[in-house]
Amino acid sequence: MSQAKQPRHLNLTRWAIHPALWFTVVFFAVPLAVMLTVSFWQRVYGKLTATWDLANYIKFFGRDYLVESLFNSIEVTLLTTVLSIVLAYPLAYALAYKVAPRFQRIILLLAVMPFWTAYVVRSYSWLLVISENGVINVFLTGLGLIDQPLEMAYSRGATVLGFVHFFTMLITLTIYANLVQIKPSYQKAAADLGASPLQVFIRITLPLSIPGVVVGAFIAFVIAIGDYITPQILGGGTEVLVPQAIMLQVSRAANFPMASVMSVTLMIVVIVVYLISAKHMKMERV
Amino acid sequence: MTSWLKSAPFYAYIGIALIFIYLPVAILVLFSFQDGTLPVPPFNGPSLQWYEKMFENERLLDALFNSISVAILSSLVTTLLGFLAAYGMAKRLPRFAGGIRFILMAPLTVSYLIIGIGLLITLNIFGIAKSLIAVGVGHAVINLPLCFAIIYSQFGDHMKNIDAAARDLGASDFQTMVRVIAPIMKPSLFAAFCLSATLSWDEFIIAFLLSRFEVTLPVIIFEMLRAGLTPEVNAAGTVVFAISFTIVALAAIVMMIGVREKK
Repeated sequence: MSQAKQPRHLNLTRWAIHPALWFTVVFFAVPLAVMLTVSFWQRVYGKLTATWDLANYIKFFGRDYLVESLFNSIEVTLLTTVLSIVLAYPLAYALAYKVAPRFQRIILLLAVMPFWTAYVVRSYSWLLVISENGVINVFLTGLGLIDQPLEMAYSRGATVLGFVHFFTMLITLTIYANLVQIKPSYQKAAADLGASPLQVFIRITLPLSIPGVVVGAFIAFVIAIGDYITPQILGGGTEVLVPQAIMLQVSRAANFPMASVMSVTLMIVVIVVYLISAKHMKMERV
Repeated sequence: MTSWLKSAPFYAYIGIALIFIYLPVAILVLFSFQDGTLPVPPFNGPSLQWYEKMFENERLLDALFNSISVAILSSLVTTLLGFLAAYGMAKRLPRFAGGIRFILMAPLTVSYLIIGIGLLITLNIFGIAKSLIAVGVGHAVINLPLCFAIIYSQFGDHMKNIDAAARDLGASDFQTMVRVIAPIMKPSLFAAFCLSATLSWDEFIIAFLLSRFEVTLPVIIFEMLRAGLTPEVNAAGTVVFAISFTIVALAAIVMMIGVREKK
């Protein structure tokens, strides 16, 4: 133990945060700064040239199909988020209030496990369910309910389905986490004062669970609007969303300035959504 | 009895939701055992032919190995850096603590796609070739905030006392960290590692953008999809699924036991 006293000058405590900090700066902040810079540059004969003007942005917002991809993305993402909340809320509520506490964690775990698993595979597996000769069509034809297979795959609906499946799990988790933190005394007090169960839910439980809803919705929004896989696999070529447009610029044209413009635009959309929702995310004295 | 009846619709809803959540997974796994060339009904009885075919596919096996390497190495880095950062933040708040936390957590709010595009353009400008190392770095960027948050959330006030006690007994900074704090934090370190590993294992877009000849499993599976639906993709998908399922379950169990012990 004699060497125990001298290495004080190492002062680990002070440097402990530095590796993570510098790692994030070098491999996250710098690349984003580079991307932002390149969004103002031009490609001249295939080489990047510093030009410092808004030409790329003007081009982006001047092309109908690019602007349309932005609106498509926002529409699909909003639709996804709303549907996911509608499906997830009753699930989280049932888990938090109707299931015996000792079973809650295990059922919750069961309900959110596939969220952490295999993104590409999960989208693909929906194809097996909804494609022309997939499970649903075979089942319905077998029952004689339909003559022609329903066209479900490769459409906006399919993309939304894949997303909703994914985010229902996530939002269930955030709403549940919020619901179990609400003190039962509030609901009891309201009931004692004569509120019906429905009133207790609408006036007490629901407002207090908004932060859980908003946090889940925000994460879902961020992931969905930047996701390439789900629209690519399930949406097919019916409509182009921004991530698909970005990948086209990168892979086919190697047009980094245009890909940067689109990425920056997506980031701005996310920042705006964050600013709108931030004040609803804080749990106040629940 | 009446309360049970009242709750019945809720139980039914939980059941339906679980069916919705597990339906595609169940179909995927079922038709990986398909005896035939299409992973759609009718199911022709169990057969392991597609698993055999998969294990003869060398590109797939290479990708499997690459995926495992990238997941383990990048997660070791994120767990180590996340632990150090959490320790640094918990021990005494550094100056600019708010700003530091903001920087560390920032990658969570940016799409993987945008992080990947940023790294791709940066590699391109500095003339660095795409590689699995780049993929690993990208995965470390997206997983570091999660590792930091998980480990940091487990540093309570009692850790400060333990830390002070170790010091009073003559342990150096390094000894305190490695021989006292790290062993106590083992459950959350393990959970952070598992979560990071499974996210890296599943990640597609960064791996797709930053890899070149050597690719990871999700990228191969995506390429196989161009050939349409085949039970071989189901088999590969089932393997991917089973492995990430196992890792997540392990992490969850270790976390739950850790939490119970603390109480």
